[in-house]
Amino acid sequence: MSAPTPLLAMRGIGKRFGAVQANRNVELTLQPGDILGLLGENGAGKTTLMNILFGTYSPDEGSIEIDGQPVEIHNSAAAIAHGVGMVHQHFHLVPRHTVLENLLVGRPGRRGLLDKAAAIARLDEIGRHFQLVLDPDRLVGDLTIGEQQRLEIIKALFSGARILILDEPTAALTPQEADGLFDALRAMAAEGMGVIFISHKLHEVRAITSHVMVMRLGEVVANLENAPEVSQGHLAELMCGHELTPPVKPEKKPGRPLLHLRDVATDIRGRTNLAGISLDVRAGEIVGIAGVSGNGQRELAEVIAGMLPLAAGSLEIDGAAVPRPSPNIMQALGMGRIPEDRMGTGLITSLPLSDSMVLPRIGEAPFSRHGILDHRAIRAFVEEQIERFGIKAGGPDIRAGTLSGGNLQKALLARELAWNPLVLLAAQPTRGLDVGAARFVHEQFLDLRARDRAVLLISEDLEEIFTLSDRIAVMYEGRIIGVLPIAEADVRKVGLMMAGMEDAA
Amino acid sequence: MIRMRLERRDSTPTWLNLTLPVLAVLATLVLCSGLVAMAGANVWTAYSKLFLSAIDSRSHIVETFVKAAPLIFTGLAVAVAFRAKFWNIGAEGQLLAGAMAAAFIGGREGLPAWSLVPLMIVAGAAAGGLWACVPAVLRTRYKVDDVVSSLLLNFVIFYGMTALLDGPWKDPLSGYPDSPDILMEAEFPILLERTRLHLGVLLALLSAPLVWWVMRKTSLGFSIRAVGENPVASRYAGISTGAVILMTAILSGALAGLAGVGEVAGLHFQVMSGISPGYGYTGIVIAMLARLNPLGVVPAALFFAVIVTGAESMSRATGVPVFLAEVIQGAALLTMLVALLFTSYRIRIARHG
Repeated sequence: MSAPTPLLAMRGIGKRFGAVQANRNVELTLQPGDILGLLGENGAGKTTLMNILFGTYSPDEGSIEIDGQPVEIHNSAAAIAHGVGMVHQHFHLVPRHTVLENLLVGRPGRRGLLDKAAAIARLDEIGRHFQLVLDPDRLVGDLTIGEQQRLEIIKALFSGARILILDEPTAALTPQEADGLFDALRAMAAEGMGVIFISHKLHEVRAITSHVMVMRLGEVVANLENAPEVSQGHLAELMCGHELTPPVKPEKKPGRPLLHLRDVATDIRGRTNLAGISLDVRAGEIVGIAGVSGNGQRELAEVIAGMLPLAAGSLEIDGAAVPRPSPNIMQALGMGRIPEDRMGTGLITSLPLSDSMVLPRIGEAPFSRHGILDHRAIRAFVEEQIERFGIKAGGPDIRAGTLSGGNLQKALLARELAWNPLVLLAAQPTRGLDVGAARFVHEQFLDLRARDRAVLLISEDLEEIFTLSDRIAVMYEGRIIGVLPIAEADVRKVGLMMAGMEDAA
Repeated sequence: MIRMRLERRDSTPTWLNLTLPVLAVLATLVLCSGLVAMAGANVWTAYSKLFLSAIDSRSHIVETFVKAAPLIFTGLAVAVAFRAKFWNIGAEGQLLAGAMAAAFIGGREGLPAWSLVPLMIVAGAAAGGLWACVPAVLRTRYKVDDVVSSLLLNFVIFYGMTALLDGPWKDPLSGYPDSPDILMEAEFPILLERTRLHLGVLLALLSAPLVWWVMRKTSLGFSIRAVGENPVASRYAGISTGAVILMTAILSGALAGLAGVGEVAGLHFQVMSGISPGYGYTGIVIAMLARLNPLGVVPAALFFAVIVTGAESMSRATGVPVFLAEVIQGAALLTMLVALLFTSYRIRIARHG
């Protein structure tokens, strides 16, 4: 008996960007009903491979077959026509349109008229089949992140996708939402579709996939059945090529409060406003903020960074009241900041790396005196940080945007830690980072903790929150609805609180 | 089938940065050669006249530099502003502000003779800088689009100026709407006997390296670039973006104002409504051609000066209208904008099937 025709076969894919071989001789097969976990550190070539499949890049070598037929995929329209759908990490939706209108974007309809009735019928059918239900008349801007993702998946199915690529799909979901997503994926697999699931969260890959393919430095290093004997530790080692040990978090008695918020509220039109936020982060303590994105975490971070004005309440750093916080003042008081959007609010990707690394301190010695830059001092500082943090970059003059996500994060950490901050505010510090880079970031936080500094960790990654925090505060609709010492917290409790159930604590 | 697609580059090679403006200029000339041919002239003769007549004698070379001086100033003004993504389309108006301030000071009796030239320079720069603050403040305070406001303010000051020249500021001895001449002591010294090579030309040539130094070696220049490339990250890092935009506007407007000072104190010795044939707008093209590099502004301005000076001789010799010079200026901007695409993208040719 011959082997069944695979749904998708990518053969001998090679792709080069300048000096970097992003993909080398990559083989990938997907049978109907497969859920393939695609694992690898940042820069391992997963995204390149998926971009080739989705028509964003053309491969230098190799071929793609769908249902045994060789195909050429030159752009995303061709990919969709061949039944390939992709749900990106960042959604491509029109917030001011309804669910239905977003589904009809790019569809010709009949004689210039949108075929709404047929669309609603199809939406209904998808909803019943895969438990992906959405009200067609709701505005996309009003949907939660989880619902927007559901819409992206529905959009792909709507266009007739039989191969669905999901890039880091659970990054912004509550545990309960993630479970819902997994149910839908299983239903699709049962229908004979193929799913490619890219994630850094190994426990999810273990939970949902049927096969796992691990990539490293552009090559496939392992292809395995997701059998019970495959451990997360083993997968992590395959990804980074060496053994990993869990971080050490010794018992520690916290000291005086370094960051103190009392009844903080904001009043900004069109945003989630904070209400009655009271929180202490003490010396030698890591406090984790959990919550579904959009529940005020970003606003909290911006208030502490001095970017958003307080409408009420007070803020203190190490006992000193800050009546009118500004980025300058907060920085001068010893506040370090790892922003959520490192490309947008942290670094200047279009300028040399060294510019980003000295950006907050450019007006001070040794980087400038009387307004005149000391390029020697800047260079020495940046080279020292590159060395100290093992940042993989072609030197201080390379454009920051060419660095990988992990190295950008290391550069930001290096910049903020170089001044020995009293309080570190870290938002989504390991989002999109691979296991090795995330481990590095976590070690830096634990080192700050050991040196009696305070860390406020805002994260949507519960595993991270649970690994690092001494206390967990959960945010819901602009309020902190509960604070749990780590000993009393469990994923279920925190998950329910994230959904707004106050008495879960 | 052969397909072409654009792919993002990781970095721009240096040779490309240097050759792109040259290639853009060549492409412009090729594009415009059709027009030359339509005018019934031999393309080769016309172009050689256009370029060579501006540099074929000492006096022509000097004239080219004199012509280039205001273009260097306005080119620098735009280059500085665009670095901060402060879209100053108002160099023309700031030039007029500088020219008026210079003519006002230069025409005043009773000031010590030695102080006139420095005072005119300072006043012209200040007037240009101040006028540039208007769109900057409108943008930082009220989020008014700077392209629109800086452009429209050109007309405000232009018609304000012509009203003055037609009324209270009109030279009673002249039949035209001109201001009275400035004092003899206020005229810029001539640097080369029997030519029009005045102090303003030297100032323009010195300004380019000075502006380069400010942009490259000072924390202000650093902040201007940072705010231009990522205002949000700059604000988070404690840089006051509003203040930086305002400083940029003052610097940019002052440079444009100096262009006006040079024209008044070095060439015309009065203000008249035609004092600038659009130097402020040409400055935009020059800055783009120079890729916003202050040092690149000098060759770009010289190139334009050559074309403007040479257009006359070309027209006399071949009958091609002088307007070709303006067509070349406009086309050069377009080809350069296209060329800039290749600094961040490369063409990939893929063969299929």
